[in-house]
Amino acid sequence: MSILRTDSITMKFGGLTAVSELNLNVPTNGIVGLIGPNGAGKTTIFNMITGVYTPTTGNIIFDKKDITGMKSHLITKKGIARTFQNIRLFKDLTVLDNVMIANHLRLDSNIISSILRTPDYRAKEDHILKKSLHLLDQIGLLEYKDDKATSLPYGKQRKLEIARALATEPKLLLLDEPAAGMNPQESIELMEFVKEIRDTFDLTILMIEHHMQVIMGVCEKIYVLDYGVNIAEGNPEEIQNNPKVIEAYLGVDE
Amino acid sequence: MFNKKSYIKIALIMVAVIILAILNSTLGRYNLRILNLAGIYIILGLSLNIINGFTGLFSLGHAGFMAIGAYTSALLTMSPAQKSINFFVKPIVPFLANVEMAFLPALLIGGIVAAIVGAILAAPILRLKDDYLAIATLGFGEIIRVIFTNTQSLTNGALGLKGLPSYTNTGYTWGIALVSIVFMFSLRKSSYGKAFMAIREDEIAAESMGIDLFKHKLLSFIMGSFFAGIGGALLAHLMGTIDPLMFRFLMTFNILLIVVLGGIGSISGTVISAIVVTISMEWLRFLDGPIDLGFMVIHSVPGMRMVLFSLLLMIVILYYQHGLMGQDEITLEFVKEKLKRFKKKEA
Repeated sequence: MSILRTDSITMKFGGLTAVSELNLNVPTNGIVGLIGPNGAGKTTIFNMITGVYTPTTGNIIFDKKDITGMKSHLITKKGIARTFQNIRLFKDLTVLDNVMIANHLRLDSNIISSILRTPDYRAKEDHILKKSLHLLDQIGLLEYKDDKATSLPYGKQRKLEIARALATEPKLLLLDEPAAGMNPQESIELMEFVKEIRDTFDLTILMIEHHMQVIMGVCEKIYVLDYGVNIAEGNPEEIQNNPKVIEAYLGVDE
Repeated sequence: MFNKKSYIKIALIMVAVIILAILNSTLGRYNLRILNLAGIYIILGLSLNIINGFTGLFSLGHAGFMAIGAYTSALLTMSPAQKSINFFVKPIVPFLANVEMAFLPALLIGGIVAAIVGAILAAPILRLKDDYLAIATLGFGEIIRVIFTNTQSLTNGALGLKGLPSYTNTGYTWGIALVSIVFMFSLRKSSYGKAFMAIREDEIAAESMGIDLFKHKLLSFIMGSFFAGIGGALLAHLMGTIDPLMFRFLMTFNILLIVVLGGIGSISGTVISAIVVTISMEWLRFLDGPIDLGFMVIHSVPGMRMVLFSLLLMIVILYYQHGLMGQDEITLEFVKEKLKRFKKKEA
């Protein structure tokens, strides 16, 4: 069973082909890695899946439905959440507010009842508050709930970004270089954390990462990209021994 | 249902009402007018704060929305006789000739018409960002003014409207000001208010959290222009005459000044700076007249006050970008915290 499938998607920016005829197949409940040298088109793939870009050709099928070219916020509603390579938190807001905002999309009150604070709205808000506090507790950020997002240490900010994505109740979570800027100790903790959230939240995870130890440690399936072309796919062992991958990363003797 | 906090809030509103009632019965005509103006500027400042402060859309078209509200309610409340005196160049369009409404419904219709125009305008311009949005809204404000100057049979053109019934009183201005203060606090606390602030902080992240950018920007624009329309209508019925020149960019600038000085995004900051700016604009009137420095006399320069305000704005932007309150609010917790610190210092 696959939760996400791309049918030969291609993304062209003018004359540049950033991604070419890519076929991804992400199995439900799996942890899939997306690796490749800088500029291979990894983040472009995330942007196509989340609706920031519409692929030039090809289709994206999520949960048996075609989501190609759908608007970003609607895709999030369907159950795809993401984090960003360079952290994008709501900086001036508190940790709790950051997570509560991610619940806004599931709120079915209109603006008038929310300003008048009708009993119905209050009940919903109360539910969101409880849910957010529970989530922060699960992630281990509860003690920071009233702090400004930017006042957290770097590793915690990454965690908060993941928490915020989880609050949208996704089925598929896209992580864009979650270990970037982390020290080896933090990276190992992150590996455990990724596995943990997959199990607790019953998710599928697709992650971009440069940190090979992390990728080889958690991913069940890996896609390797070079210049927008998928050059290899398979489990960590297959990838490590694939001559094409070694060539893309290390170059080859003339 | 009610806890201790909401009792304190209700008590605070009651105190405000009592103070206003006392002021209303003791102040002379001139000071009463300043009091009313302060109330109107609070409404206008808060309405711009929804758009600029909460959602982070840099809009400079506020005078346009005010003009729409002012003209709409003026045309609805003026008596048919007064209208025929005003429209001597070209008769007024027939469907407005015999309308004469009470103030409150006219006020609301003024706000609603401004909100509708805001919504129509928002559809194309909300695709723009930052400075481009500012330029587009600035252009819109001017367009409204030019249209109103040229629709002789609808707005009486450059001649303006005179002899508006002076319905505006402390009850209306401060009543609506208090309502909009409560409205703003409630909006900010709500999920929608938080979504607005998320858009201000980071649009891309907000969208990927499932927030419909267009819908929320549109909502904030509509609410902002609704209150701007009401503020404009109140101002019209306080002044008694309106003409298109009243709603030049300078009007938007005054409101922007209030919001920036008070702290963009802060409700209490806007309220305080609206009151301070309105009062000082009157007190500083002597600057516009001739000034005798003893050894020389500066001839009267109309608009000298605004030079002072522009300087103040520059100083704030250069050295004190957060304004008076930053994004903080004067809440019960805020006061407690300050008192604690003060006591510590004393000890």
